[in-house]
Amino acid sequence: MIIHAIFFYLFAGVTVASAVMVIAARNPVHSVLFLILAFVNAAGLFVLLGAEFLAMILIVVYVGAVAVLFLFVVMMLDVDFAQLRQGFLNYLPVGALIGAVLLAELLLVVGGWAIAPATTPTAAPIVANVSNTAALGLVLYTRYVYFFEAAGVILLVAMIGAIVMTLHHKPQVRRQNIAEQVARRPSSAVELVEVKPGQGLS
Amino acid sequence: MAAVWSDYLLPFLIVVGESLLLLVLLLIAVAYLLYADRKIWAAVQIRRGPNVVGPWGLFQSFADLLKFVLKEPVIPAGANKGVFLIAPFVTTTLALAAWAVIPVSAGWVIADINVGILYIFAISSLGVYGVIMAGWASNSKYPFLAALRSAAQMVSYEVSIGFVIITVLLCVGSLNLSAIVEAQNSRWGLLGWFWLPLLPMLVIFFVSALAETNRPPFDLVEAESELVAGYMVEYGSTPYMMLMMGEYVAITTMCAMCTILFFGGWLPPFPVVPFTWIPGVVWFVLKATFVFFMFAMVKAFVPRYRYDQLMRLGWKVFLPISLAMVAIVAGVLQVIGWAAK
Repeated sequence: MIIHAIFFYLFAGVTVASAVMVIAARNPVHSVLFLILAFVNAAGLFVLLGAEFLAMILIVVYVGAVAVLFLFVVMMLDVDFAQLRQGFLNYLPVGALIGAVLLAELLLVVGGWAIAPATTPTAAPIVANVSNTAALGLVLYTRYVYFFEAAGVILLVAMIGAIVMTLHHKPQVRRQNIAEQVARRPSSAVELVEVKPGQGLS
Repeated sequence: MAAVWSDYLLPFLIVVGESLLLLVLLLIAVAYLLYADRKIWAAVQIRRGPNVVGPWGLFQSFADLLKFVLKEPVIPAGANKGVFLIAPFVTTTLALAAWAVIPVSAGWVIADINVGILYIFAISSLGVYGVIMAGWASNSKYPFLAALRSAAQMVSYEVSIGFVIITVLLCVGSLNLSAIVEAQNSRWGLLGWFWLPLLPMLVIFFVSALAETNRPPFDLVEAESELVAGYMVEYGSTPYMMLMMGEYVAITTMCAMCTILFFGGWLPPFPVVPFTWIPGVVWFVLKATFVFFMFAMVKAFVPRYRYDQLMRLGWKVFLPISLAMVAIVAGVLQVIGWAAK
């Protein structure tokens, strides 16, 4: 168990430290890189809990896709650091308020579950003798199928919304027609002309 | 005290020993794959290729290694020093880490984890960070353009690789790499491997693997005709060598993954006597080398894609086809009753 504890404190320590660095780093790109470090260490914590599927999904989705695009955008922004630091403290009360609300909610949820586990709504019973990936699938597509589908529909709506907001059909823009380009043959594209010296074409 | 030794230290030492053995063999293999790559490319162009260092130029890669290590590393004045130096380590470490879960023969694997295929997928999707960090930290125009291209390219092709993996998983019913190979073990030998029923997915996987590892014809990240050497412009000596090495190790990972998913891993092609005597690791290496040969031939034959063509292929061709194939494969398995329980 001591190895387990050592790794827990290692991952937890690095997660917290890099989370602090996300807001403390001067360079926004460094902030995003620390955020990625925090994600990876959170995945390590999931592995320690025995939730290896969640750990891998966390890395694939958040680190491999979301954070890449995030880093992409932050890299392209031309941020003025001095301006960014001005009035930093004005936001402190709002930030502290949000933090306090989140902390209170966490305490209520975890506290309620710790004091009286029987009264809180119970999760699905854990299926024995299957790997936790299979167990997750067994409850996700049976007991929680409506929640799963609702989440899918919400994502679909968000995706369509993003497309609608960014798709502009400008009539004057020339577009490529790939099939037309591939179907082009030398006979239709090239004309061989005999040019008389000193006259040129037409 | 005895418990500490047998419970912790001994398994730890065994894992370290196994990892070192695998890494050394892998890096030697990478040295010769690099040599093979150059030789194959040269042969297609009717050149000799490397032929000076050692007999037939066999020691060329090691001479290159010495050259890189002995050169002076130069860090540009405008570079973001920390990130600039971390980037090659990120590339190399991530590429090597993927090999922890790859089974080279029955039971010959360092970490036989339940979610092996997801682990490789996750690690290979992290490979983009080496490129982005190197490109951004160089603080120069060409590397930055390369970083932007790479971010879009890798995210696009990961999507189709993910769907290809899902179709294979539907046929297997497990995320464990050894289980994926065992599922292809039938009395029909090589006709029972997944390349035959899932042939379209093999093509998509192969092309996406080329794009994911920045191999030609999708090497827009380091296209020498437009970006000089892309994200590696500002690098020299050992950091450059580590970027290159990470890239080639990632290619071997993709070859191994292709072997495991579609070519039956360590299984012999004909399950009859003379073939079953040969150890599984030999079959694994032969198949992975064959896939690498295909990688090298594509590099020699196919001209580089334009960037918009690359994006079109990823999003408008591969994504719909692979998405449809997931539905088709799942439907067929369900109807004929072969669905994994």
